[in-house]
Amino acid sequence: MENRSSGVLDHFRQGSPETFEAAFETLFRLHQHAVYGWILRIVRNPSAAEDLTVETFWRIHQAHARFEPIYGFEGWARRIATRAALDWLRTRRPESELPPDLPAPAAADPAVSAEIRRQTALAFGRLPVKLRLAALLAVVEEQPQKDVAAALGISVAAVKLRVFRALRLLRKDLATRGITP
Amino acid sequence: MNEDDRNRIKELLQQALPPVASEPEPERDLWPAMLRRLDVHSAVPPHLSRPWLDWALLAGLAVFAALCPASIPVFLYYL
Repeated sequence: MENRSSGVLDHFRQGSPETFEAAFETLFRLHQHAVYGWILRIVRNPSAAEDLTVETFWRIHQAHARFEPIYGFEGWARRIATRAALDWLRTRRPESELPPDLPAPAAADPAVSAEIRRQTALAFGRLPVKLRLAALLAVVEEQPQKDVAAALGISVAAVKLRVFRALRLLRKDLATRGITP
Repeated sequence: MNEDDRNRIKELLQQALPPVASEPEPERDLWPAMLRRLDVHSAVPPHLSRPWLDWALLAGLAVFAALCPASIPVFLYYL
């Protein structure tokens, strides 16, 4: 299995046009769900996540010669997916509403009203996009900081710093609106 | 901001933005969309997407300019 996987990666990187296309399709089918899931965690919009998954694999297709098999496909794809999602987030207005089809919290705290949750989500949307991304992955999605750092191309210490700054700015923003957690 | 403040704001954020399901899947097969995307890219005629054509034109121009130096000001005028 490992040999087969390694062969696919070799064909993907430097195979003939025929073997490259077959390897690309294999990799797409193997990793599309993981890439989609990662992007959805960032953009939180299923339709946009589908489009960005295709965009990510298109970028992967274009950059195949730069792929280094020893670093693994998943991490490389996740990094490209993060960049594509970041580009998408940058085009969004900070005040844009959250999509209505997001799931409600599984265990909603009755002390936190729907209005406070809405104000918090909007304030979070106003944060600088890099801080927002780090906080979204590390705090909301509770992804390992090591994975977040690898996806963002920064150190674990930098992830911690971004999360800290994001939470501090969020708290300040909410305080100006009379919301004190 | 102390540890308690940080924990409270984290909890509030998790209430406001619930995490995505553990293994979400796209609602449709994305491979057809991927093929359409690749087709759009490959619709560019191959002879136009190859850099050797640019270099061949440049080389031809250089040879012509070397053989007929008087043409250089004319070229520069039309650039």
